[in-house]
Amino acid sequence: MSDYLFRMFGRSPVGPLQQHMERASACVSQLVPFFEAVIQQDHGQMQVLQESIVTLENEADELKRELRLQLPKGMFLPVDRRDLLEVITMQDYMANKAKDIAGLMLGRRMTIPKPLNKKMMKYVRRSVDAALQARKVINEFDELLETGFRGQEAKLVTRLIKGLNKIENDTDVLQVEIRSMLFEIEKDLPPVDVMFLYQIIQWIGDVADLAQRVGSRLQLMLAK
Amino acid sequence: MDYGTTFIILAIAFGFFMAWGIGANDVANAMGTSVGSGALTIRQAVIIAAIFEFAGAFLAGGEVTQTIRKGMVDANMLSATPELLVYGMLASLLAAGIWLLVASYFGWPVSTTHSIVGAIVGFAAVGIGMEAVHWNKVGTIVMSWVVSPLLAGSIAYGLFLSVQRLIIDTSDPFANAKRFVPVYIFLTGFVITLVTVFKGLKHVGLELSILECYLLAIVSGAVITGVSQVYIRRIKIDPKADQDFHFTNVEKVFAVLMMVTACAMAFAHGSNDVANAVGPIAAVVSIVEHDGAVTQKSALPLWILVLGGVGIVIGLITYGHKVIATIGTRITELTPSRGFAATLAAATTVVLASGTGLPISTTHTLVGAVLGVGLARGIAALNMRVIRTIFMSWVVTLPAGGFLAILFFFILKGIFYN
Repeated sequence: MSDYLFRMFGRSPVGPLQQHMERASACVSQLVPFFEAVIQQDHGQMQVLQESIVTLENEADELKRELRLQLPKGMFLPVDRRDLLEVITMQDYMANKAKDIAGLMLGRRMTIPKPLNKKMMKYVRRSVDAALQARKVINEFDELLETGFRGQEAKLVTRLIKGLNKIENDTDVLQVEIRSMLFEIEKDLPPVDVMFLYQIIQWIGDVADLAQRVGSRLQLMLAK
Repeated sequence: MDYGTTFIILAIAFGFFMAWGIGANDVANAMGTSVGSGALTIRQAVIIAAIFEFAGAFLAGGEVTQTIRKGMVDANMLSATPELLVYGMLASLLAAGIWLLVASYFGWPVSTTHSIVGAIVGFAAVGIGMEAVHWNKVGTIVMSWVVSPLLAGSIAYGLFLSVQRLIIDTSDPFANAKRFVPVYIFLTGFVITLVTVFKGLKHVGLELSILECYLLAIVSGAVITGVSQVYIRRIKIDPKADQDFHFTNVEKVFAVLMMVTACAMAFAHGSNDVANAVGPIAAVVSIVEHDGAVTQKSALPLWILVLGGVGIVIGLITYGHKVIATIGTRITELTPSRGFAATLAAATTVVLASGTGLPISTTHTLVGAVLGVGLARGIAALNMRVIRTIFMSWVVTLPAGGFLAILFFFILKGIFYN
């Protein structure tokens, strides 16, 4: 009988969610040294970093599976279960995107045209910033739970989410700029390479997009 | 009565076994939240439980015991055949005891209170006659089973929100915790003492006026607050602990509060649940001592409450500590600030019910209180399926206890009645 009373306490999804974000954002962060290696055309380093991205992505995948199993229907949570699952999915897509970017660039031995180098690094860094800001938001989850999702802590998280939106906005602007720079020089480059470069530019923007969607879901949780 | 002594010995044996079972299993419900939230070690929990369970049983267990003993069955109908009531009460004890054994073997969440009430109503309705049951009283009891979790849930919800507003959601939660936690501690001591003394401590030779009741409650609240202050002052801020989770130090202050509410919960549990074991003993003893006269008036002998209290403590010491240990390691998701809100709400509700003489399920009340905190978005994950099973269990337990009691009633009648 006593056993039952305590079976009513499910395991908190907060810890695993934060760990998952830890892995996913670490995975995305590797894009900065990876792009540095690309610019220096250091294939050995690219290979090493791509492998580390894959490892982190796999670890995140494992945590995601665990977390989903822990949230069967019939769990009464302080937040909407679908919102929570959506956050995990977005975090996971973030890591997946980083893996796709590294995989494609390594596989096609892609290089970045010299005039784009500086802008590209700025763009990648900003996108990684978005992921790190999303991580900050998720790190406040246990404090949010402690405060019952209201008050000062909720305001703090709202501020963090605003910051995240701002960063994502920056990446949008950078994306437009970098595309037009590429457009200026694309006639002088091999067409297939250019196509894939556009693809990579798109994906880097996607990482920031996904980070922003993590924030939006959290905003929904606060509004409940 | 030919078999008077035999009946008393049987009643004491069955009742003591029942009390042992309550101590072995149910006390864990009252204490587990405190161990789980890290406010108490297992050893501390066992000591606190032993002291306060006994105090609750002895000081505040009388009203509910009287209800179990004579509130549900119309003894006047039995003035010609008082043995029937003796058989019935013995049968009820046996039925409830066996049903609980079966249930714990299969891991079903059944309540001692529901088992014994189902058993008594069952034997009275079938063994004696439908009109022998005080259906009004039984109706009130069943209503209280619905009301008590709701009430505990509402109180817990309110308490949790007040903690949020006064302490957690402020610019300096630690300072505010030090300021307001003593208020909650005072409140706990005040309410529990007041409800207990309000129903009178006549049976321990203490008769108080209403004013004296309030005074005693204030004094008791103040003393408990004073003692707790010593512990609260000792808490030092550890800035390192707050780096990862900003409320680690605040929770340390709540741990002191949780200790106080754990005492209150053990007291409340003792006051309500002792009756399940000793109510039937009291009925049997009273009939035998009055030489078969079924009397509704006689006072409750004090030694019976002591017997129940001792039984619970022995159950706790011989077996209950293991259950507390298992449970304590299991709930790690309950922090002291939540544990306190749930426990205090449940303890208040249970003590109120005890004062009114209503046998309620301590576990259901606690579940209701935890749900209340959950509804205030305070708990990370609650398994609704398990909660549903816990609440549904009493629907099964009533007929099961009743059926077994009827069975044993006719067996005992066959053995002793000629």
